[in-house]
Amino acid sequence: MAELDDLVKEFLVESNENLDRLDQDFVALEQDASATDRLASIFRTIHTIKGTCGFLGFSKLESVTHIGENLLSRLRDGEIGVSSEIVTALLQMVDAVREILGSIENGQGEGDGDYSAIIETLTALKDGGGAGEADSEPEGEIDGVEDALISGGEADEAAAGASDEIDLSSLPFDGELTADGVELTEGDETAEVVSEDDGDVSGVSLEALIEEAGLDSGEASDDAGHDDGAAVAEAAPAAQASVAAAPAPTAPTPTASAPAAPAPKAAPAPASGSPAGKAGSAPKPRAEASGSDGAAGGGETGSTPPPPSSTASGGIRVDVGLLDKLMNLVGELVLARNQILQYSATAENAILSGSTQRLNLITTELQEGVMKTRMQPIGNVWSKFPRIVRDLSQMCGKKVRVEMQGRDTELDKTIIEAIKDPLTHIIRNSVDHGIESPEKRVAAGKPEEGLLYLRAFHEGGQVNIEIIDDGAGINAERVKQRAVERGMISADQAARMGEREAANLIFAPGFSTAEKVTNVSGRGVGMDVVKTNIEKIGGTVDLQSRFGQGTTLRIKIPLTLAIIPALVVSSGGDRFAIPQVSLLELVRVEGREASQRIEQVHGTPVYRLRGRLLPLVYLSKELGRNGSSSSRGGTVAGIDFAVAREKHLNWKRTLREFLDGKAELTLEKAATHRDCALGKWIYGEGQAEFGGLAEFRSLESLHMQMHNAVRDAIVAKNDKRGDDAEECLRSVSTMSEQIIALLDRMEQVAGAGEVNIVVLQADGRQFGLVVDQINDTEEIVVKPLGKIFKGLATFAGATIMGDGRVALILDVMGLAQRAGVVREGRERNLHESGQKGESSGGTRQTLLLFRVSDTHRMAIPLSMVARLEEFPRDLVEQSGEQPVMQYRGGIMPLVPLGRVLGYSGGTADAGAAPGAEGAGESIQVIVVTRGEQSIGLVVDRIVDIVEQSVSVKRTGLRSGVIGSAVIEGKVTELLDVEGVIRSVLQDDESWAGEAGGADVGAGAGAGAGVAQGV
Amino acid sequence: MSTDRQFCTFFVDGMYCGVEVLKVQEVIRYQDMTRVPLAPAVVRGLINLRGQIVTAIDLRERLGLKPRPEGVLPMNVVVRTADGATSLLVDEIGDVVTVSEEAFERPPETISGVTRELIEGVFKLKDRLLMIVDTERAIGVAAAA
Repeated sequence: MAELDDLVKEFLVESNENLDRLDQDFVALEQDASATDRLASIFRTIHTIKGTCGFLGFSKLESVTHIGENLLSRLRDGEIGVSSEIVTALLQMVDAVREILGSIENGQGEGDGDYSAIIETLTALKDGGGAGEADSEPEGEIDGVEDALISGGEADEAAAGASDEIDLSSLPFDGELTADGVELTEGDETAEVVSEDDGDVSGVSLEALIEEAGLDSGEASDDAGHDDGAAVAEAAPAAQASVAAAPAPTAPTPTASAPAAPAPKAAPAPASGSPAGKAGSAPKPRAEASGSDGAAGGGETGSTPPPPSSTASGGIRVDVGLLDKLMNLVGELVLARNQILQYSATAENAILSGSTQRLNLITTELQEGVMKTRMQPIGNVWSKFPRIVRDLSQMCGKKVRVEMQGRDTELDKTIIEAIKDPLTHIIRNSVDHGIESPEKRVAAGKPEEGLLYLRAFHEGGQVNIEIIDDGAGINAERVKQRAVERGMISADQAARMGEREAANLIFAPGFSTAEKVTNVSGRGVGMDVVKTNIEKIGGTVDLQSRFGQGTTLRIKIPLTLAIIPALVVSSGGDRFAIPQVSLLELVRVEGREASQRIEQVHGTPVYRLRGRLLPLVYLSKELGRNGSSSSRGGTVAGIDFAVAREKHLNWKRTLREFLDGKAELTLEKAATHRDCALGKWIYGEGQAEFGGLAEFRSLESLHMQMHNAVRDAIVAKNDKRGDDAEECLRSVSTMSEQIIALLDRMEQVAGAGEVNIVVLQADGRQFGLVVDQINDTEEIVVKPLGKIFKGLATFAGATIMGDGRVALILDVMGLAQRAGVVREGRERNLHESGQKGESSGGTRQTLLLFRVSDTHRMAIPLSMVARLEEFPRDLVEQSGEQPVMQYRGGIMPLVPLGRVLGYSGGTADAGAAPGAEGAGESIQVIVVTRGEQSIGLVVDRIVDIVEQSVSVKRTGLRSGVIGSAVIEGKVTELLDVEGVIRSVLQDDESWAGEAGGADVGAGAGAGAGVAQGV
Repeated sequence: MSTDRQFCTFFVDGMYCGVEVLKVQEVIRYQDMTRVPLAPAVVRGLINLRGQIVTAIDLRERLGLKPRPEGVLPMNVVVRTADGATSLLVDEIGDVVTVSEEAFERPPETISGVTRELIEGVFKLKDRLLMIVDTERAIGVAAAA
């Protein structure tokens, strides 16, 4: 019988909702036994379930609820006091009810669970407090009602069946009650409720009453015909009292009561049942009614009459599938809107743009509206926490109070579902491991009762949820120790880890299995799962803990998943969308700056963003594109380097042929350096574009010298001085190579063009994504990719852009993993904040750490470093005794630090002696500058860049070393840059000259500053 | 009594292929595509098909044939699959042909590797052979790759 099925379904939904509220009510009741309104609300809920299951024929359910109701009625009447024991028993009853309901829902009837124990407990408790006769009366009364209900079942079915999808909660029945209750003909169920409340209407939450009236609509109407006169008579004055107490809400709903009234009278008339249902659903939206915890008392509701217009609207149940479909359609509409917007921007048509504007606004509103239908207050999830906390704390022998703020904060339904389990897990952990036993708390000078504080709020298009406890916090040392034991981190890492980082270790997979650490130090079980689940929906988890003071867990999650704001970027001609959630900022570096500001650490490009190194990831490279983001090799800024190079090479060839006698070349033809193709470029566009670059100036002079050499060659050839001519050609060749190298170099600089860096965050780690172009931000509709792309972690989905083309949505996390940012980053992240955790005494400095030999670690302030470079070893040349190399159009002396400082064994030493045995292919050079002059310090290996405060101990004074300090747990020598440069270069006049003078003064000053600073 | 079956036919590098007509959602001309970097080579890109994002799979690539000559634009045969609508990129569209079940034969044993997996069987037509492509397998790149 389909109708019955619907009825049962309705019953299940209603009951489950009510049960959820019961949990809260019970816990609140336990805390404040005098909260009679809660008790009344609990009583009514149980009564409703009992009544309904009676006529639906669920006898087991009925027997359980019945005994519970009896106990409750005694509690309410003040015959027995509320005790923790009673609440526990009642909660067990609620669980039993839930179990039975679950079984019914699964189509297994009432299940075969045995609830006699609970019934016994409840009976014992009930009888414990009062005289036996006291409860016989209500029981009889209730039984009478039941009989009436069962006989009136048919009518009920009709009524409820008609209002299947409609939530029958609210005022109109109250209206009916007023109208009819006074006449003592109908609505006496409600009246009875009031009478059971001993006429204490003021103590009764009107809202709850209203709900009751709604839920029991059928019941109420049925009873009218069947109940005996005595009950009615008894009810009458109370009903009137209720009328008096609630005149305001009843007043505006006369129309509602009119169609509602006939329904109970003509019970089998579905026609009248339907309008009744509609009217019945009126003034209070369901979510509000069930979400409010009943604290809003009757007085409040009474004093604010709902607007009459709301009579027709109200809450209806809508299938989630339908909402999803609507959401999809709105998504399509948003796309179509974007397309039209784009088109109308190009078309000059006033009417079109006018209506497009309207379409735009309406679509946005519609989108918001539909999104709202899927929104649910987070209170829906939270509501079960007080119960969980209560049970857990009782089990652990703890006292915990739960406070909530922002329970109205709304979230998309799918997200609510997704965070339910992680949140529950966190709450459990907080109570289980976070909050201490009362004795411990008192000993620690804290109040006996622990506090668990839940807070939710909107911020920047995201929802923040905080779970705060004032418990023991996380013992960072213990966690570290455990992590080291488990081999997750090295002792070294642990040593430099801050409290916060250590605390975050509990999120590491595998850590959860640590069985003891959680008991000692805080949370831990399955926290990696929590983190993964939250990250799956685009959220982040952050944990802060102070040992002995408590723990704060902050979760940030997006409002919705379906339509998200995103930044659209281009790379290699394709567009990509980057979810705004992971976006921190955008940085644009102009071409000329780019070469200087984008530096290399061990071949990895980095950018200094406000003093911190930001690893750069080139999107084009990550996506396996050829040709970098900056279209290197083609024309850049209108200048074709390839052509310039080509012409230049042609020249060389012609000269060679001329010398071989295969071609004619005259001095006129050789032209001056201003008239050849390259010259024209140099003194034209080149000058304009690159005039400021050192490379360009070198290029200019080299080019001029080369032309001179060419002319010399021609002259020599014409004078039959073949050897001289060859000599000239050789020097032309050398210069020519240098010119090409310079052109390459410039092309790189220019090629970097402007560099657009999108600063992103993944897993708490920042990195810069280099893209060709940053286009715009747009609302995009996320569409999943096919199964084919399953293995592709780089993309989170696809979307359709305004022009109708598909764009891929980047998965920032996946991208970071692919680029190795996250993996590498983790460690760095750990010690970065490890320093944060250190006391803030002393001056902080950013230091570059490097090795000069296997045993010696050194550091210099990063501020003194111009660049870090890696060169092939064979580029090292000799100038006198001094190893040098060509660098940026000049000659850079090299200082092999290992040898200078007398540390052997490092390749740095060999760096100065090309071809030395055991030397690697390349050398690591730290470039420092003295005015115009670059000086290269050859080191063994660049280790890291750290920021920390350092105290220097002046050890045995040795030339080249300022002193040593403990950096990252290791003794590290601080290099005296000036001293080293002086000692090495003084024997060579020219270098000393260049390095001397004012620059040295300034440099020495800086060095001294370092010494003081560190 | 033999049953007749209908196939939507097309050409891939001279091969005459067909897909059961009921599996075909539509046939459209070349559409702008968005490349998917790092994706398997058979994936040519993504197409916006009236708001639906459809993956385009190059049958030439899938069958291990030589790439389509420059400038020749493929056609889309959009088929319904378990993974939603997917487009098969082919060279040219043929007719819808009705063939008798009797003319069907399993692919010959000598047929090579990938093709063997993808070809359900062969219909012997009057003047040529029609190879039937298994659409589910054709889009199951992960399994093949």
